[in-house]
Parts: sequence; C-alpha cells; structure tokens
Amino acid sequence: MKTITKLWILIIILVILVPIGLILPEYFKAGAAWGEWSPEEIGVFIGYVPKGLERLSSFWHAPIPDYAFKGWEGRSIGSLSLAYVISAIAGIVVTVGIVFLIGKFLGKKE
Amino acid sequence: MHIPDGYLSPQTGGVFYLVMLPLWVAASKIVKKTLRARQVPYLAFGASFSFIIMMFNIPIPGGSTGHAVGGTLVAILLGPWAAMIAITVALVVQALLFGDGGITAIGANCFNMAFILPFAGYYIYKIISINSGRSSLRRAIAAAIGAYMGLTIAAFLTGVEFGIQPILHHSTDGNPLYCPYGLNIAVPAMFLEHALLFSWIEAVVTFLVIKYLQKEDPSLISA
Repeated sequence: MKTITKLWILIIILVILVPIGLILPEYFKAGAAWGEWSPEEIGVFIGYVPKGLERLSSFWHAPIPDYAFKGWEGRSIGSLSLAYVISAIAGIVVTVGIVFLIGKFLGKKE
Repeated sequence: MHIPDGYLSPQTGGVFYLVMLPLWVAASKIVKKTLRARQVPYLAFGASFSFIIMMFNIPIPGGSTGHAVGGTLVAILLGPWAAMIAITVALVVQALLFGDGGITAIGANCFNMAFILPFAGYYIYKIISINSGRSSLRRAIAAAIGAYMGLTIAAFLTGVEFGIQPILHHSTDGNPLYCPYGLNIAVPAMFLEHALLFSWIEAVVTFLVIKYLQKEDPSLISA
C-alpha cells in the first residue's frame, strides 16, 4: 500500500475517533477554550458584556455552528457525537476540495 | 486558540490581515516553484490532518479546553510555506463553516497557527536535527521539541493579542470594548495551559507520526 493511502486511513480513523474531542471535555466538565466564551458567558464572568465584543460576536452566522446542527442544542451526547463526525467529514471534504483547487493553480506538471 | 469575532478590535484584526497578505503571496509563489503535482495529495492530507486534530478538544478538568494543531508535523512533511497554505485552508473552513474562530480574526488566527507555529516549530526541528540520519531517534525527538515549542510560542502570542485589547480600546466609562482580560491574565493563561498540557499532546502526536514515517517512508521527512 502506498504511504499516502495509509495516511488517508489515518484520517479515517481520526474521523471515527473524533467524538472523543466532544465527550472528554463533557465528562470532565470543561468549558470553552480560553478566550472563546460566548458573550453570555463573559457577562457571567465579569458582570457586563464589553460593547464591541457583543456587537462583533454576531458578525458571522456559520451554517454548522460549533460542529453541531442548528436546533440540536440539548440533544444527547450520542446525537451530538454523530453531528460532530458528520461535521468532520464535511469539513475534510471541503478542505480537500479547496487544496486541490489551489493545487491546480500552483502545482507544477512533471 | 481560535480567536472568535469580538475579542480583537476590527483594527487589530485588520492589522493581522495586512501582515498575512504578503506572507500568503510569498507562500503561493514559493509553493508554486517547489510543489509538484504528485505532492498535492500530501498538501490535502496536511490540511485535513490539521483540521481533524484541532477537533480533538482536550479538557483541563473543571476548566477550559485546548487542542493540538499538527502544524510542525505538516511543516516537516511539506516545508513551512506549504504548511502555511494547508493550515490556512483548515482555519478558513473552520471559521466559515463552523464558526470556530472569527471572520475578523482569520488574519490573526492564521498568523498564530499557520505562520508562527509551523515556522517556529520547523526551524527548531531543523536546528536540533542537524546532521542526524532521516531515521534517527534524534530527528524524531527534534520534531517533538519543535512541535512543543511551535504551539507554545503561538499560544503565547495569542495571549499577547488578547491581552493588549484592554490597553488599546475602552469605552467612555473606562470598560474594555473587546477582550476584557489584560496581558497579566491572558498571557499566563494561554502560555501555561499550552506549556503544561496541550503542547505535550502536540509533541506526542508529532513524535508518533514521525516515528511511523521513519519506518514507513523516510523520504517524506525533510532533511
């Protein structure tokens, strides 16, 4: 088997294992990454929401916010894990697509 | 380490776009010269690997989370300029599709994770691995140390970017407008959680993949 094939198998294994990245923080009751809190969380921490932060925080509405489907808030960890895996697959497909487009422009023929 | 929208002022975000612009142009030119068509799948692998490894959030029990980036590993496989392009693609997809990292902060996030991280990691790896064989243990350890340092330095700078916001911008009542935590809190928080935990994960992941490639196909590892 070619090395690149084995490397893609590694990616597939990581996709299957990716719910670990959701379940472990949940299990250990860890919150958001430092500096990635929602304006509401910031409000709880310091007693007010910085005005500029509040205004800019809704600058972009991502189609799959936080790797979860809209309206799935509060669903079971199993459902959220499924959404997490589907997000990973979608993200990788788009990433690979963009890289191949870039490769078309930059890649040298041999 | 994905700075969201609202934590940096638009001015700070803009400055990092301006800093990244010539770097992206340079990366395109350099990669255009050196990248062969058969290496494009490796570039796609590098971007995908970085994308997925960043989804493995590691908890600090009762506290925050963090993750590896895989940036030094990608730089060792593809060179730092190609790594910059690969990680930029991963970060842009994360921001646009998943709201992981802000749109106004793409310049800053790319500066930290797609520029500083792979370049620092790669050159530290180069220095430590000088005159070592492609399959040597020293080379794998050099990769791990580079990975550790690259992520830690990037985290430190992210802390500085957060921490200067209260100095730069506040409303008339004196309250910060953007990130409310100053250098005295943001820098130690970002630096320590990476230096003590997340960068070790980055080092272990890098070490394991390099060890595997040394056995499997040492020609992939940059000399």
